[in-house]
This record gives sequence, structure tokens and C-alpha cells, in this order.
Amino acid sequence: MNDLFQFFSFSDPNVRYVTLGTMVLAATAAMVGSFSFLRKRALVGDAIAHSILPGVCLAFMVSGSKTPLVLIIGAIITGWISLLVIDGISRTTKLKNDAAIGIVLSVFFGLGILLLTSIQHSGNASQAGLDKFLFGKAASLTKDDIITFSSIGIVLIIVVLLFYKEFKLISFNPDYAKVIGLPVKFLEFILATITVLAVAVGIQAVGVVLMAALLITPASGARFWTHRLGNMIVIAMVFGALSGFFGSYISYVAPNMPTGPWVVMCLSILAIGSIWFAPKRGMLAKYKIQAENKKKILVENVLKLFYHLGESSNNFEAERSIDELLATRDLRKIELNRGLQLLRKDNSVRLKEGNWYITSKGLNEAKRVIKLHRLWEMYLNQRLKLEPDHVHNDAEAIEHIITPELEKQLEKELNYPIKDPHESIIPYNKD
Amino acid sequence: MDAFWIILTGSLIAVSCSLLGCYLVLRKMAMVGDAISHAVLPGIVIAYLLSGSRETLPMLVGAAVLGVLTTVIIELFYKRAKLQVDASIGITFTWLFAIGIILISLFTGQVDLDQDCVLYGEIAYVPLDLWFSESGLNYGPRAVWIGGGLLVIILAFIFKGYKGLFLTTFNEEFAKALGIAVGFWHYSLMGAVSLTTVVSFESVGAILVVAFLIVPPSAAYLLTNKLKTMLLLSSIFGILCSIGGYYLAVLINGSIAGAMATVAGIIFLIAWLISVLRKNRAIKPFDIISS
Repeated sequence: MNDLFQFFSFSDPNVRYVTLGTMVLAATAAMVGSFSFLRKRALVGDAIAHSILPGVCLAFMVSGSKTPLVLIIGAIITGWISLLVIDGISRTTKLKNDAAIGIVLSVFFGLGILLLTSIQHSGNASQAGLDKFLFGKAASLTKDDIITFSSIGIVLIIVVLLFYKEFKLISFNPDYAKVIGLPVKFLEFILATITVLAVAVGIQAVGVVLMAALLITPASGARFWTHRLGNMIVIAMVFGALSGFFGSYISYVAPNMPTGPWVVMCLSILAIGSIWFAPKRGMLAKYKIQAENKKKILVENVLKLFYHLGESSNNFEAERSIDELLATRDLRKIELNRGLQLLRKDNSVRLKEGNWYITSKGLNEAKRVIKLHRLWEMYLNQRLKLEPDHVHNDAEAIEHIITPELEKQLEKELNYPIKDPHESIIPYNKD
Repeated sequence: MDAFWIILTGSLIAVSCSLLGCYLVLRKMAMVGDAISHAVLPGIVIAYLLSGSRETLPMLVGAAVLGVLTTVIIELFYKRAKLQVDASIGITFTWLFAIGIILISLFTGQVDLDQDCVLYGEIAYVPLDLWFSESGLNYGPRAVWIGGGLLVIILAFIFKGYKGLFLTTFNEEFAKALGIAVGFWHYSLMGAVSLTTVVSFESVGAILVVAFLIVPPSAAYLLTNKLKTMLLLSSIFGILCSIGGYYLAVLINGSIAGAMATVAGIIFLIAWLISVLRKNRAIKPFDIISS
């Protein structure tokens, strides 16, 4: 508890730097990553992250200094080259984009490791700390780092605000953007540059491998909450900042815990949580809708059994045994029982001495479904000129979906037909 | 002698990776291979913690389970949650890799794996880890035996399953129509990739496995249209990478695994040039006709 208090008081300047730094990095990466995500280039960020390593090493070899700015320039150069190479491979060969990404990331990273180890073995004392690029050094961020990162972060935010509309357009419809005369190539160049910048900065917090998560994961999670780009970016940035915060907190409380992986862990929990639990788009919400639809279809099909039996025997109120009901339609016994139980709760069918009979409420509902089925068959037969023996399956599926509005239109369009193509009577409910 | 053992280990791993990689590249699953190679990390760490040693078998099991789990999670996000495929891959492997690193830090001292080793392996130490029989006979480095065993398994898998892999790779619908268990081949391949990844892990690390998995097959794919030629060519490229990589590393005193990936990149570059030149030559006669 004491830890918590000390952490939140931010009295330790170190804590301040680390927390603020990680939050800024994660939030800007999330912002830029939202565009990569929408342009289906999520893994390109991974390739850039790996390709930055040789750039950093080369910058050090050339300049001999470890100033963040110098290293970032080196990083940007190789990051950019990696983008060009990926583009070149997928344009001029039969290799697919994913193979191009894999080739670039592994070869550039291999080269980076080769250079890094070569520098390390050269005995140059000032090289210590270059390997922080591999796993990030969030826990040892300094004031200078924060100033550099924050200024880059602010530049990135300004660029995105300036070109917001244009970026939005090239993310959703690049062809249209081209047609209305936007400089798509130039905009893509700007977008790629800010991506490289965000990666070059973010990599210092979480390292090469996990950088991809900072770009992709918040955007993926945010996508499940909204369909508006603006909201999505804000949510993604909040996810990023929150994870940055918790990541630093955890490594503050448990000092041997690495910050980067914990940031990614928090991000993943937020994203996976969104994927499962987000209202409307989340998997649980979707399963719920699916289950409800299934229930509706089952119930309606069971009601139809009663109707068909009633129609053929001309006695709708008669009690039916389970076997009798099963004989009319290919339905499993468990499903039938489930449907009957559901209908019983609804007071649409009742049980009497082991046999079932349909109430007037159930019968009305059954008539409605049958009517929709037969109207649709009629429509297919008359308007689409399908043969009567071809229309049943289609109607079987659509009868559960047709809305009251559509029902009215069908009735009007077909002029309230009395019989369907199979000469069965179309039942109308007397209102 | 050290050079020989290192190159031999590298070649054994490179050939196994290159062979499997051909199928990954052709199935457009290159990045799934990348994801698996990262995601096996928690499997290795957990196996390490449970078995308490660096035994090979528990690690293989742990990694294979995680590898298949990775593809299952990716498919869950992709097919059920309708998240786009690249994002599904990205989320899954970074998450699992983060778990792996967290586990390593959580149990430092108990797990004899350091983070650098995870990334680029320690192939230079291969000749130091020798395998002795009970009577004290020196059989040579352990890694060579493990790598050789792996290659035998992979070769057996490809020979035995050649037809199934071939059909499911090139025409999944047709394979399905023939009654071939598409899912079986898919998951077997993923299992084999995980196995290869974990065996290669100690020698070349998580990311350079990807270089062996993707780069030689891609280079071979640019030069041929026949699967058998492609398998052969990419194996040759894999061996060239280990030989060239070793001497490059000695030359500039750097990581051997890194150098091997660099050489793989050079080989790819040459193949790329050849394929572009060939294409231009192939197009020229038509240019003359049309002009």
C-alpha cells in the first residue's frame, strides 16, 4: 500500500520520468498504429521495428555517440529502407506481402544483431546500453529521453491533426482519394514517416519484438468499441496510456519486473477483453445474438409442426405425441423438447397427459410464420419465375427474417394471394 | 573442429527450417511461422519450470503445444471475432512473447535462459556442450545430435505426407473434395514448425529461426515453379547460409546467427535480381511485337 502511495505521489523524479515517458510513447504509438491497422498493414510495424536495429548500430558506428537524436536518425533511415524493400519485393516478384515482411524483418534484424555483437566485441566502452534497443529500457528513462520523446510525440500528434481528413480518406478508400486529386503518394509518405518515427521512439520503451504490440494491439481493441475513426483513435490512445501507466507501476512495485512486457501484457488484456466483452461487436455479444436467433428459428419451426399436422388433419387443437411431431420434420428429439419447453414458458403450447397441444396464441404465431413462408414462395414463383419445386428451401430460411414492413410490401406486391405455388392455403390472421 | 561442428549444426537446422518454410511460404503463412517462433517462448519456460531442467523432451512438448495454441488463438480472433488476420497474428504473438519474458524475469535463477539468448541464440557454444556416453565415449556436441534427429523427423514427415501436404497447399478445395483431412495437415505442419523452432531456439534464437524459415524458401520460390526443385534449392541455400554466415561472423567478430541471417539476405537479393532480369528478358520479345 505504501508503494502505491509513493508511486502516485510522484515524489521520485525517476518514477515521474518513467511513467510519463512510457505513457507518451504508448499513446503516440497507438495513435499512429490506428492508421496502420485500418490500412491492413499491422505487421509492417513489426518489420520496421526489427529493421531499426541495424540503423541504430550504423548510426553509432558512424558517429560514435549515443545521443537519442543521432540514433533515431539512423533508425529512421533503415526503417524507411525496410518499407521500400517490402514494397519492392511484393511489387516485382510473385512473393506475397507476408513473405516480404518476414524476409525483411528477419534479415534486417540478423544484420542488426551482427553489427551489435560486432560493436560489443570491439571493446569500445561507450557502446554499453545499445543493446537496450532489443528489450527496451523503460525503467531507466532519463529526463533528456523524456524531452526528446515528448517533443517527437507532440510533432506526431500535430501532423495527425493537420492531415486527419486526408489520412482518414487514404485509410478507407485510397482509390477515391486519388480520384478527387489528393496527393496520395505524398500522404502515404508522410504516414509512413510518422509510423517509422513512432516505432523508432517507442522501441526504446518496449524493445524490438514487442514494439508491434504498441502499434497494433490498442487499435485492434479500440475497433470493437466504435466505428468512428476519431473515437477509435482516442480509445486506442487511452488504452496505450493506461497500459504505459500500469506497466511502469508494476515494475516500480516489483523492480526486477521488466516494464515493456508488462505494458504489452496490459495492452493485450485490454484488447482481448474488448474482443470478448465489447457491447455489440464483442464475441460474447455476437454469440448472444446468434443464440437468440437460433432459439427463434427453433421455436418457429416447432410451431410450424403443429400447424402442418393441424392442416393435414383439419384439426388444429388436437393433442400431439412427441413421435407424431417428430415424424413430420427432420428435427432431433432434444431440439424438439427444448423448443417445446421454450414455447410452454411462453404459453404458446401446453402439455396434457404427455401430449402437447397448441394454444390460440401459438397458433397465431404459427400462422404468421407459415404465411411468410408461403408468401415468399409465391414471390419467388411469380416474380423470379422459379419453378414451384425450387422455392421451398429459400423460403424455409427467410421466413424467420422477414420484417412486418416487408410482409406488408409482399402482400401488396402479390395482391393478397390465397394460395401458394403448391396450392396450399395462405393463412391470414384476422386482425 | 569447432568451425565444423558449428557449421554442421547450423546446416542441420537450416535444412529443417528451409524444408518446412517452403510450405509456409506457399500457403501464405510466412508470418504465422514468425508468430509461432516467438510464441513458443512461454511454452519453453513453463516446460523448464515444470521439469526443472533443460531436458529436451519436455521443452519440445511445451513448445509444440504453444505453437498449435498460437494458431488456434489466431484463428479464433480471425474467424470468430472477425478481426483482420494481420492484427490477429500481431496481437497473439506479442502477447505470448511478453508472457514468456515476464515468466523468465519472475523465475530468474530458476530458469537458465537469458533474454539475449532468446533473441539470437548461442550457436558459438555448440562445440562446448558435448555428449558423452556412460563409458565416457565422446559422441560430439549434443546440438548436432538433436539437430540431426530433428532433420530426420522433418524429412520423414515430408516424405510420408508429401501428397497430403502438396494437395492441401496448392488446392485446398480439391483436397477437401478428395476427402483429405485438411485440418490434420494444417495442424501437423504447425506442430512441425513449433518443433523446429524450439530445437533451433538454443542455437539461433527466436527471430533468426524466422530467417531460416522464410528467406531460403522465398529465394528458391523466385527461381523455380516446381515444389521438388524448390525444396532442394532452399535446402542448398540453407546450407550456404550456415557456411557463409560462420565465416562472415569470424571476419567481423560478431554473432554467428546474425551473420547467417545476413547471408540469407544476400542470397535472397541475388535470387531477386535473377528473377527480375529473367522477367525482363521474358517480356522483351512481346515488347518488340507490340511496338
